[in-house]
Amino acid sequence: MARILDRLFSRQENSAYQAKERMKLVLVHDRTNLSGKALEDLKDELIEVISRHVEIDASAVRIEISQQGREQRLIADIPLRATTRRRIG
Amino acid sequence: MPAKVITVTSGKGGVGKTTATANIAAALANMGDKVVCIDADIGLRNLDVVLGLENRIVYDLVDVVEGRCRLRQAMIRDKRLPELYLIPAAQTRDKSAVSPSDMVRLCDELRPEFDWIFIDSPAGIERGFRNAIAPADISVVITNPEVAAVRDADRIIGLIEAEEKGPPRLIINRIKPEMVKKGDMLSAEDVLELLAVELLGLIPEDGEVIISANRGVPVALDGKSRAAQAFRNIAHRLKGEKVPFLELEEQGGFFGQIGRFLRKGGG
Repeated sequence: MARILDRLFSRQENSAYQAKERMKLVLVHDRTNLSGKALEDLKDELIEVISRHVEIDASAVRIEISQQGREQRLIADIPLRATTRRRIG
Repeated sequence: MPAKVITVTSGKGGVGKTTATANIAAALANMGDKVVCIDADIGLRNLDVVLGLENRIVYDLVDVVEGRCRLRQAMIRDKRLPELYLIPAAQTRDKSAVSPSDMVRLCDELRPEFDWIFIDSPAGIERGFRNAIAPADISVVITNPEVAAVRDADRIIGLIEAEEKGPPRLIINRIKPEMVKKGDMLSAEDVLELLAVELLGLIPEDGEVIISANRGVPVALDGKSRAAQAFRNIAHRLKGEKVPFLELEEQGGFFGQIGRFLRKGGG
């Protein structure tokens, strides 16, 4: 009960929560040597390369680093656009 | 049985490497194991004062490596704990006076005679750390529940993994349960989730640790404090025993009190 109340009232602004959220990002960047800026650049280049081969929804592309234990994984979610007409045409 | 080499390291300075080394080693020696501690912090030696052996130094680690004395001459025997020995660091030299292969050779010479060899690593990720980690069978990373200490611990863990030393084990030191309870300190769970390594021990912040260092008598020897118990628990875990982790969370703070009130009210 106390835990639930603690969470409801103070979770978002308490300093431990902020520390943990900040550290998650810092550690990912330290471990991968990828800054936020580098990740954005990577995303732009990926969009450019993939667009040469297939039509994608560039505004919906998401690139993120997911973690499993101490392993990092680059996850790219790239929605494709239907382009059936061009092929037929 | 040949000794296991345990390197205690942290990246950041001041998180409790020397205190932990002294106390875990003393606890193991107090259980009857034969233990030698090597202070690898050349130029900034401290393990001697924490163990209360500073007045008995004649030769040091660098004297051994450079052949000015035999290994046995540099080993100081603790009179209170006949199974505990210290090889002190040199105070007037720097880290480059010793190489990683010197440390491996030294530990190989000590192994047949001991159950445990503890190496107290200097802070940092340079030569001193490389020396300390080279002979390690088990590496122990110490951190505090603070952003700077956690970040440096993560870096050190990465370097240990890169050396293919096997996964290190983590000690979280100087936990303040009241602050954790209020949401003003990372909890042990938070730190473990961030660092994703196996937990070896949780040590609460405890004034007794400073008092025992003042006296040069490791708190783990007869201290009744929670930190003393935590160090002894770590010693048991290193010996392969399953010891539950100390329950550090206390009922405190406004919401803790409401919780207690509600629990009482609800029977």
